[in-house]
Amino acid sequence: MAALLRVEELSVGFDTEDGFADVVDHVSFDLEAGETLGLVGESGCGKSVTALSIMGLLPKPAGRIHGGDILFKDESLPRIPPDRMRAIRGNRIAMIFQEPMTALNPVQRVGHQLAETFSLHEPGLSTETVTRRSLGLLEQVGIPAPEQRLLEYPHQLSGGMRQRVMIAMALASGPDILIADEPTTALDVTIQAQILELLRDLQRDTGMAIIFITHDLGVIAELCSRVVVMYAGRIAEQAPIGPLFTHPLHPYTRGLLASIPRLDDEPKTLLTTIPGSVPGIEELPSGCRFVNRCPFAVERCHGQAPVIDAPAPGRKVACHRWREVNAGDAEARST
Amino acid sequence: MKANPDAPLLQVRGLTKHFPVRGGIFLRTIGQVHAVDDVSFDLDTGETIGLVGESGCGKSTVGKTLLRLYDPTAGTVFFDGRDIASMSRIELRRLRRDIQIILQDPFESLNSRHTVGKILEEPFIIHGLGTPAERRRRVDELLERVGLDAGAANRFPHEFSGGQRQRIGIARAIALEPRLIVCDEAVSALDVSIQSQIINLLLELQREMHLALIFIAHDLAVVKHVSDRIAVMYLGEVVETADATDIYESPRHPYTQALISAIPVPDPTAPRDRIVLVGDVPSPIDPPQGCRFHTRCRHARDDCRRSKPALTASSDRATVACHHWRNLK
Repeated sequence: MAALLRVEELSVGFDTEDGFADVVDHVSFDLEAGETLGLVGESGCGKSVTALSIMGLLPKPAGRIHGGDILFKDESLPRIPPDRMRAIRGNRIAMIFQEPMTALNPVQRVGHQLAETFSLHEPGLSTETVTRRSLGLLEQVGIPAPEQRLLEYPHQLSGGMRQRVMIAMALASGPDILIADEPTTALDVTIQAQILELLRDLQRDTGMAIIFITHDLGVIAELCSRVVVMYAGRIAEQAPIGPLFTHPLHPYTRGLLASIPRLDDEPKTLLTTIPGSVPGIEELPSGCRFVNRCPFAVERCHGQAPVIDAPAPGRKVACHRWREVNAGDAEARST
Repeated sequence: MKANPDAPLLQVRGLTKHFPVRGGIFLRTIGQVHAVDDVSFDLDTGETIGLVGESGCGKSTVGKTLLRLYDPTAGTVFFDGRDIASMSRIELRRLRRDIQIILQDPFESLNSRHTVGKILEEPFIIHGLGTPAERRRRVDELLERVGLDAGAANRFPHEFSGGQRQRIGIARAIALEPRLIVCDEAVSALDVSIQSQIINLLLELQREMHLALIFIAHDLAVVKHVSDRIAVMYLGEVVETADATDIYESPRHPYTQALISAIPVPDPTAPRDRIVLVGDVPSPIDPPQGCRFHTRCRHARDDCRRSKPALTASSDRATVACHHWRNLK
């Protein structure tokens, strides 16, 4: 069966004061129907730009796709006419963001905004039907007293409630894919737990696929079945959830996992660190982009970009030395 | 080092901070935000206490009141045996050499039109310390200590990444060799790979300079990693205190239990028996009667709605404010 969404060799760049800068470079991954795919990486790794490219929401004219393709049910999203894209965006592929206040209209009542979503995707619905469906949606996303909420403005809701309203709007058309860009990052941890549970329940009930974008490997471990790790615009590693955490192959993934403070650590011990910081887009190294921070870097890593290797089904890694890096591990485990 | 060798470096007793809420055409006070209510703890030289809790729990207000950036509504704060509430302006000036603060976004607190060198020299100028040559040498030493090269002195804050700016913030905080630093969400905005670098820097500096740290953050895993002891706050009050390891292994307050269980663990095989709290944190303008947590507590009974539980000893090194903690599991 063909994947629901295929991102193939996607390259996206932006015009900047210093010329054209590549922000996403030859990124490929598939999304199957009904699965949750995690897109993880630190600021500037290109995860959000990848999502915006899928949605056709790159800031214009500065940003543009200059290579590769995005296939949704075998239709090339970057190439279809704007009308057709409008029918897919928000309808078949919906997106939620970190800060719902930027996506909700502050001067319109929640009910009005929900109704607008319905009338956009299904013109001609009666007012009663729209109200009934809106109430149903708010209930589905766990909002107490939905009748009252319909009459409220976004600022009257808490952060968690706003995120629920945004999820309700995204679900209005029963999308095939929900792209969630750091939807819980601004929320308190107990509210985050509520939203993650909600997303899990909704996925079970509706069968939609989710692309979950986050910097938090804890959230990834909790929600996703597969993970794409990005670094400085490229994919470092791709793996099913279990193997990624037990045997990360790329030195960046290994470093990232090792540097997270964990609840079962001994307090006040020094953490493992990745030295240096993510290179800016104007100072990307040639060769492997992780080369300046990598403890395993050799001459070759400076000179040429690693090709993507597929060491096991569903696994991909972009590192010249992943075999050697992980051979040490295997020895350590066997002794 | 201390005026009274038996007293802790910092002794906070019954610290309370309310902010008036004004309304109506005469802007009369129509209510009080109970930002911090009756918070007490001790802190010794070289020790770290972590203040943890969700938005609006009052953890940042505690930090700012300790520096007397806010005047406390009630309660006392003794630093090195002296009450900071009764300090004169001259004494306060001296206090601010001893107590420093590091904020979440150092960019907001760094003057964007001054070079980093000038920013770091400023504390010495304000306090009249050293000759220009000595000050510049100190600036170079500070930059080196926080892991920036000497050339950084001639550059401006916007030329640095978030992690480097936080290093500048730390350099400024340690410039006058303080004895206590309040870290208010100091690593919260940083990427994981940078966060671990900054945590390590703070741990090293604490060891070298015998610093006492108050580490305020919402991320319990981070707080636990840097703290000796932890105080968990909810709606302006401390609900539990314990040693860092103890609070994670055997949380006693139902809020602490829920908070720990809500943390996503970076391990897909970890068991997930999550306590999902219903609803949102109530407004601190009109906090619930009785136990403030009762509206979200799955163990709440009648007495929790009526009477406020006092913070009482749950072991010789821990306290908890819950009527029923003994019977919870």
